[in-house]
Amino acid sequence: MILDGKCPKGPIQTSWDRHRFDLKLVNPANKRKYKVLVVGTGLAGGAAAASLGELGYNVEAFCYQDSARRAHSIAAQGGINAAKNYPNDGDSIYRLFYDTIKGGDFRAREADVWRLAQVSNNIIDQCVAQGVPFARDYAGYLDNRSFGGAQVSRTFYARGQTGQQLLLGAYSALSRQVKAGSVKLFARTEMLDLVVVDGEAKGITVRDLITGEIRTHVGDAVVLATGGYVNVFYLSTNAMGCSVTANWRAHKKGAFFANPCYTQIHPTCIPQSGDHQSKLTLMSESLRNDGRCWAPKKKGDNRHPNDIPEEERDYYLERKYPSFGNLAPRDIASRAAKEQCDDGRGVGPGGRGVNLDFSAAIKRVGEHTIRERYGNLFEMYEKITDENAYKQPMRMYPAPHYSMGGLWVDYNCESNVPGLFVLGEANFSVHGANRLGASALMQGLADGYFVIPYTIANYLAKTKPGLVSADHPECKKSVEDVKAYNNRLLNINGKKTVSEFHRELGKIMWENVGMARSEESLKDAIKRIPVLREEFWQNVKVTGKGEELNQQLENAGRVADFLEFGELMAKDALHRNESCGGHFRVEHQMPDGEAKRDDENYCYVGAWEFKGVDKEPELHKEPLTFENVHLAVRSYK
Amino acid sequence: MNLTLHVWRQSGPKAPGKLEQYEAKNVSPDQSFLEMLDEVNEHLIKEGKDPIAFDHDCREGICGMCSQVINGVPHGGQERTTVCQLHMRRFNDGDTIYIEPWRALAFPIQKDLIVDRNALEKIMQAGGYTSCHTGGVADGNAILVPKQDADYAMDAAECIGCGACVAACPNGSAMLYTSAKVAQLAALPQGQAEAAERVCAMTEAMQEAGFGNCSNHYECMAACPKGINVKFIAKLNREYQKALFK
Amino acid sequence: MRILSSSVGRKILMSITGQLLIIFILIHLIGNSTIFFGPNGINAYAEHLHSLPPLVWAFRLFMLAAIAVHIAYGVTLTLENKAANPGAYAVKRNLKASFASENMIWTGLLVLCFIGYHLLQFTIHGTPDVVVGLDSANRPDVFRMVVTSFGNALISLAYMFAMLMLFLHLSHGIPSFLQTMGWNNEKTIPAFGTGGKVISAILMLAYISIPAVILAGLLKL
Repeated sequence: MILDGKCPKGPIQTSWDRHRFDLKLVNPANKRKYKVLVVGTGLAGGAAAASLGELGYNVEAFCYQDSARRAHSIAAQGGINAAKNYPNDGDSIYRLFYDTIKGGDFRAREADVWRLAQVSNNIIDQCVAQGVPFARDYAGYLDNRSFGGAQVSRTFYARGQTGQQLLLGAYSALSRQVKAGSVKLFARTEMLDLVVVDGEAKGITVRDLITGEIRTHVGDAVVLATGGYVNVFYLSTNAMGCSVTANWRAHKKGAFFANPCYTQIHPTCIPQSGDHQSKLTLMSESLRNDGRCWAPKKKGDNRHPNDIPEEERDYYLERKYPSFGNLAPRDIASRAAKEQCDDGRGVGPGGRGVNLDFSAAIKRVGEHTIRERYGNLFEMYEKITDENAYKQPMRMYPAPHYSMGGLWVDYNCESNVPGLFVLGEANFSVHGANRLGASALMQGLADGYFVIPYTIANYLAKTKPGLVSADHPECKKSVEDVKAYNNRLLNINGKKTVSEFHRELGKIMWENVGMARSEESLKDAIKRIPVLREEFWQNVKVTGKGEELNQQLENAGRVADFLEFGELMAKDALHRNESCGGHFRVEHQMPDGEAKRDDENYCYVGAWEFKGVDKEPELHKEPLTFENVHLAVRSYK
Repeated sequence: MNLTLHVWRQSGPKAPGKLEQYEAKNVSPDQSFLEMLDEVNEHLIKEGKDPIAFDHDCREGICGMCSQVINGVPHGGQERTTVCQLHMRRFNDGDTIYIEPWRALAFPIQKDLIVDRNALEKIMQAGGYTSCHTGGVADGNAILVPKQDADYAMDAAECIGCGACVAACPNGSAMLYTSAKVAQLAALPQGQAEAAERVCAMTEAMQEAGFGNCSNHYECMAACPKGINVKFIAKLNREYQKALFK
Repeated sequence: MRILSSSVGRKILMSITGQLLIIFILIHLIGNSTIFFGPNGINAYAEHLHSLPPLVWAFRLFMLAAIAVHIAYGVTLTLENKAANPGAYAVKRNLKASFASENMIWTGLLVLCFIGYHLLQFTIHGTPDVVVGLDSANRPDVFRMVVTSFGNALISLAYMFAMLMLFLHLSHGIPSFLQTMGWNNEKTIPAFGTGGKVISAILMLAYISIPAVILAGLLKL
């Protein structure tokens, strides 16, 4: 099937404005008759729930954490992009649009990206009005910093905690609606199934994580803002609870999964210290503003980094990409780091690390200024590694960080299942094959504050409110299915723990479907994942009962989904016989090791339809057309 | 290194709880405290026993989910550090470690080390926001904010809402948490319009939710993993007095 | 009224009444120190004071009201605080809270007992040790009364103990007042903490100096 993204035609500059005019509206008096279920309360979900509640819809919001404020958006450090051009350095909506398309290696929809760039400016205003304490200069104006993949300073920030501050802004708006009674919040509640009635999304089945109760919530539309799936690698920068579960269960109910192979490996994370490790910690990309990446020129150089003289250091990013230097985009910086380590020139335990050196910056602007800019990051680094980065370089290694792929949506953020909307990292729409730094926060808030409030009305205006009630046979079936699934997990009573399976899956994924993929490695993964999945269903041990707080059961369900999803991810990576952005196939590279796209054959979105576990998924394509930017070889040299 | 743990086990909100002893063997100093507990749990699961339930999520010290009182101090007593950021190199071979949940009237225990912190939500819902609408707001630079005010607001806004201040407070008071939000918004021009209603509503919500009163022990500040300063409580008190005369 | 019921409002009332009591403590100390000038000092002061009965009574009633408010809120807030913290930790280590800050209610109540005793003794003259009489100038002989009573080591020691309680109470109460009134910031917090202790210590030593001097035999009949 050829998918239609339903993008507005005509000049892109006015596309969103024209589209907004064409969208249907719901009369203010009728809004309260519609119930919208919002799953996830991060930037996208929190902003959506708050905005929809404010418009007058009856909103129910769900999160697995004990508070909406703890969604993983909170961990974003560096900043949020906007095309304000406050520094007068040549930024514009067009430039942000162009940088994002190019950064994504020409694998995103033009119209969606244009809209993102256009509303980026409103986001900053909105957050300022909410009391988000963005950094200011001494005159009281908003301050900007530079970020990877751009030659202008367009990143707004709040110390090293921009994600936290933006999320707390959205959370405060959400709290206001909870008080007003327009939003009902269900914390510690995990979505485990999508209820589809007559082909349209009409509810979700959830598990109350405290009591273990399984129940269905019905609504007139469902909004998924449930984040990304890079925990499929086991070790990633995601929170422990981040999973593909909500998306995967929706996928199993008919929603197409687009571009699952596009995963972002972030270049600057603290290297793994041992097998006991449960997660990896990211160090903001903003560090590359002042930090210089280098590896020793000599292989296996075990000297203390401070003892390696200048001429024996390879500042590889500056050497390879003179115009962007240390601010090369993430996929490029990550691969470059891996190259150094594969070449035997890595530093630290196991040789999996490169140096991020601040000594030049400290000499230039003084330790005090560096402390002011990144103090909390240096502090965090010291807590984890016991090393003082003011005195010696940080050690960094790439780690899975973000998923550009996600559920397929059209221009209205609506999936192929009518009534199911997908926002933020959970959808696939704007980042193409690679996301630029400080763009995830922008997308989450754009979708939540400024897209879904308009586009959901277009769907709701066409449906009658309250069509499905909680005693509908589909709801009952969904509850029964979820109960049966959980009971199956609880009754295996095997010998291996859930984490052991997760670790094994992560190892397969990281080695075969990680930063560099080959036909051979992918085929190996596709062979091994079903075997591991089979073993999981025979031999996993989940203690406790379903009708109580049971963290093992929660994890088991999430890992079970990753065991199915991982296979799809490998299949997508195998089918995409090109390199682009975060998807790097070793067979397809330029002589200098850069990703080599195949625009003739792969300039499309690959959206997969679920046909059953252990059955081949079906690929649907949405061709990508570029009318406003020229398809070109991405160069940061 | 090898450690002896005394962990609070309680099967449900109404069930009686008690400290149980566990041995943590071959702990690496590079492990985080939660990773040490992960391993203890792996052993428990293999023995067919119920693993220790504890809250955690981001494991990078920002989500505020983790909540354990370690040897009598919320988050374990390393300055400006959450449990998830606490590393085992802070302990010595042979140490005995007591691990308990947050304890306060407003935080009923759900299971083992997990407590219900919904009372903190009630405080935020009472007024921890500016009532701006989505869209229709002024340009971000339309109102200048002096850098020192923005910095002051940011200092307060760093609160991660973990509730360590309540757990540490001899009065079970949430004054530091409440004051951080009141002070953040009171320091910014955008928060002025509702400043008086906000401070009154939020302190009243705090009282209603079952938190105690501040009597200036400053135990909260010492336990806060983000180092939120009690000067914000003074700021709340000032704002409250202003509100009385409005 | 919001101030009478809310958490912060009641604390503000407590700290204001607390400060009124501190002012009283200061005035009382100045009055008491006339004893160092001998009978002519304190007896003259007492006569002067009692020559204006309406003013004395107004002052007494005002102070009683302040004490009543201070105690009533002190007790209710403490009860609420105890309820809010079930105190069920098997192990609890304080990083910052002090003996003084944790025992405000007890030091406060002990000071209250002392006030009762002190009034019974030197105002109502209801304790057996009290010697009541007039001096050669026909004034109430406060000097003889005080020196006689404090000549009893037990009474003096009880008095000194009460002053120690007052010190503990004020060493937390003074900085606490400044915080509750909102007159505090990052820099003043440690300074006020130290300042509060110093002022409390000076007050304690000044009060204790009277029985100490009498016991040492430096102030005799």
